[in-house]
Parts: sequence; C-alpha cells; structure tokens
Amino acid sequence: MSEEQKREESRPAEPEAARREDAAEARTGGPADARVENAGEEKRDEPAAEGGRETVTAREASGGGSAGTEAGQPAQPQPDAASDQPASAAGAEAEGKAAPAGDGDGARAGEGADAGTGKSGGEAADAGKAAVDPEREAKIRAAQEARAARLAAKAAAGAAAGGAAAGKDAAAAEPKPPSPKQPWLDEAVELLKTEVHPDAVEEATINALSDDMPTIVVKAEHWPAAAKLLRDHEKLGCRYLRNVTGVDYETHMEVVYFVINMETKREYAIKIRTDREHPSVPSAVPVWPGADWPEREIYDLLGIEFPGHPNLRRILMPDDWVGHPLRKDYVPLDPEV
Amino acid sequence: MGFDLESITPEEREELSRNVLLTSLEQIKAWARSHSMWPLTFGLACCAIEMMGTGAAHYDLDRFGVFFRPSPRQADVMIVAGTVTKKMAPLLRRLYEQMPEPKWVIAMGSCATAGGPYVRSYSVVKGVDQIVPVDVYIPGCPPNPAALIYGINKLREKIRYEAKTGKQVTNR
Repeated sequence: MSEEQKREESRPAEPEAARREDAAEARTGGPADARVENAGEEKRDEPAAEGGRETVTAREASGGGSAGTEAGQPAQPQPDAASDQPASAAGAEAEGKAAPAGDGDGARAGEGADAGTGKSGGEAADAGKAAVDPEREAKIRAAQEARAARLAAKAAAGAAAGGAAAGKDAAAAEPKPPSPKQPWLDEAVELLKTEVHPDAVEEATINALSDDMPTIVVKAEHWPAAAKLLRDHEKLGCRYLRNVTGVDYETHMEVVYFVINMETKREYAIKIRTDREHPSVPSAVPVWPGADWPEREIYDLLGIEFPGHPNLRRILMPDDWVGHPLRKDYVPLDPEV
Repeated sequence: MGFDLESITPEEREELSRNVLLTSLEQIKAWARSHSMWPLTFGLACCAIEMMGTGAAHYDLDRFGVFFRPSPRQADVMIVAGTVTKKMAPLLRRLYEQMPEPKWVIAMGSCATAGGPYVRSYSVVKGVDQIVPVDVYIPGCPPNPAALIYGINKLREKIRYEAKTGKQVTNR
C-alpha cells in the first residue's frame, strides 16, 4: 500500500470524527438547554415562523425580563397589572421571603416562653402556654401584615415601572414569561383536583428560590391517593422518590417529599402540613418503598408519626432515647456540661 | 555446679559488668510493655484518618513497636480517635472491658478529650473520660501524626516512670 492510498483512506475518517464530535456536543448540550431554556427557545422559535412584528415583541419581552432579573425584584418592569402570572409569581416570592422572617420571630418567642416555663417550674407550664399563644399569634399577625405591606409596595413599584415602560412598549405589554415548569405545576394541580379530591390541594406555587421547583401543598388525608396518582398517572409518572425531609415551623410541622419522573425529568416537591401536638402524616412507603428510612429518620428526630409505615422505629438515636432532638422545643435530659 | 565469686578472673568480671544488667522485675516488664504497645483500632471520625496516616509508611508507627490490632483481646492501648456519641459509648466501654490488663487509653483530639466542637450537641459524649479512664490526652482537631507519636511516647514514659517509682501518675 502506497503513501497516497493510506492518505486517501485516512481522509474520510477525519470528517467522520468531526461529525461524531458535533453529535456528541449536541447530545451533551442539547437536552440540558432544551430543558432549562424551554420558554426562551419557544420565544426564539416563534418569530422565525410568524414574521416581523412578533420578532420585535419577543425580543423586547426577553430584554425586559433579563433587565428585571439584573435590577432585582422591586425594579422589575411589570407592564400589565392585570396579568395574572407575574403577580402570582411575585406573591409566591414575597411569601417565601416573609415566611422565614415570621418563623424567626416565632422561634424567638418560643425560646422566651420555654425559658419562662423552665424558671417558673412545671406547675406554671399551662399558664405559660396560655401566655405563649397570644404572643405567638401576635407575631404571626405581625409577619402577615409585613408580608401584605411588602406585597403592596411591590405591586405599586411594579405599576409605576409598568407606567413608565408603557409609553415605550405598549405593544410589548406581555407578562413576565412564566416559569418553564409552570405547566407541570398546573397539570399536576388539575389532575389532583379532578382525580383525587377537589380539596386535595391547599396551595400550589413555583419555588423560584429552588430552581423553580413546582411545589404543591397537599392535605394529609388525601396524601396516599395523591401519591399513587403522582407515581402512576401516565402524564406524571414520578416513580422515583428523591428525598424526604421534615420541618418544624413552630406553628406547625411539615413533611416534604421530592419526587421526579426519571424519563421526563419532571419533578415536584409535595408538602404535607400537620399539627404540631400530634404530628401525623400517612406513610409513603406503600407507594415508594424508598421512603422507609427517611421517614424513620423524621420520626426519630422530629417525632412525626407515619401511619402505614411497616417499621417505624428510631434509626439514628438509641432505642431508649427520650424525646425528638430536632424539635424546636427539645430540652436535653442530660445537659452534662 | 556452684557459683564461686572468688574463681572469677578480672577479665571475666570486666566482661560480666558490661553484659549483665541489673533491674527490678517491674521495670523490665514496663520496658517490654512500653516497647510493644498494641493499640485497638478505634477510629470514630476524622482523627482516625490522622491515626491511619501515622500508622502508614511515612510516619510508620511500626518502628515504635506499635501495631494496630483488630481485636480488643490482643490490644493493650485504646486510641480513641474521634467523636464518641452517646449511642457509641456503651460499646466503647464494653470493648475497653474486653481488653486484657494492663491496659491504657489515649484520648486523641478535642472530641475524645472534651466533646470538641460538638460540646453543645445533644448526642455527643463530652469527653471519653466520662466512660473509661484516660492516660494521655492529645489536643488538636485533629492532632497531626507527630502529635500522636508524641502522645504515644508520653504514655511509654508514664509506664516506665510508674514502674520505676511505684507512683501512680494519675488516679484511676
């Protein structure tokens, strides 16, 4: 075989390798982009299909959106006060911000109350509790008022910005693009309401702080049916339970189930609120066996009962441990130091 | 076959004085023990990584006669390397009791010494000396291998000192 022939043979291999590289890039870059910038791509695709005017509006809308994210929430131009989506999204964000503050106050109030009862002794515990409740309620009310005030301020700022912007791009009065995960949320809420129970869903939000996680608050009594629906419905198909966590909010307790559909990567955070005195949430082990140990951990550390769990024992603490150490009102039996 | 001091020649006397050492039985036992300290492998947290490093090629605890043993019945020193939780405490106590006498304990690092950064935790024992008597405390979080070797040397000193003087360095 001559040199010439060898070169001839090696030449076609080069473009093939290049093509393979391209394909690899497309494979690695493609799906991720498609998922993350779903809405953005739709916007970009539209003008190509439909013509010039659409191009302008789409570009302006996307520009406005990016400016809004850069400038931060208050300065965000919200052109249309009547548009539902951005208002609800802003509301969700405001709630997310206000809730921790409220909880912090609640925690401080709780600590104070605990110290008080500790000093006055066990007999005064009831009186202490009675005193706690108005105080706590006052704190909660204050947090709610602050939240409402913040919402109002934001709405006013949004309206002002919208008014200023209205002169420029009245035609481009398009709402802030909803989260790409908004359709998942709407679909799941719709299915839960129709298939499980009209009252099954307490609240449904997009958690912008957590990569737009669709978050649904489900009523405890409807949770087993809702779990089965989430796993088995062909549109949802969340067969994988990623994580289970428990939260002590002082006012109530909450268990959060993070589920995902491994084929479509559609994901949800399902929250179930429960009473603090006798916390109890139906177990998800019959639906997702992987919930076994996380639920045991939550039971161990927070004391939330999971009726239907096959083996609800302590998992981290010794079997003879008294109390649930991650509850906010936990008092160690043996201070030692 | 009698031993007649008179029959020893000056040359033989010279030879004997160079090769025969006189000491007490206690001291020779302490000498032997302090040169073959076999620790029970008791790694509980990040201190265990330093302990492994000390045992490995670079610091080479073997050259001090220190060989890690996997069983308490073959060990005579327990190096408690790491955080002792209240759940682990009964097991630690049982392993200590399974070690044959004489036995010693080294509390390695601030967790085993006094609870360390977890001193306010609900689940951590505030110092392993609440469960077993400790001979040497090594500060550090975690102590580096040189510190561990220093601690082991301190324990050897202690063993020999106690045998020589008959005094207890610490009250058990």
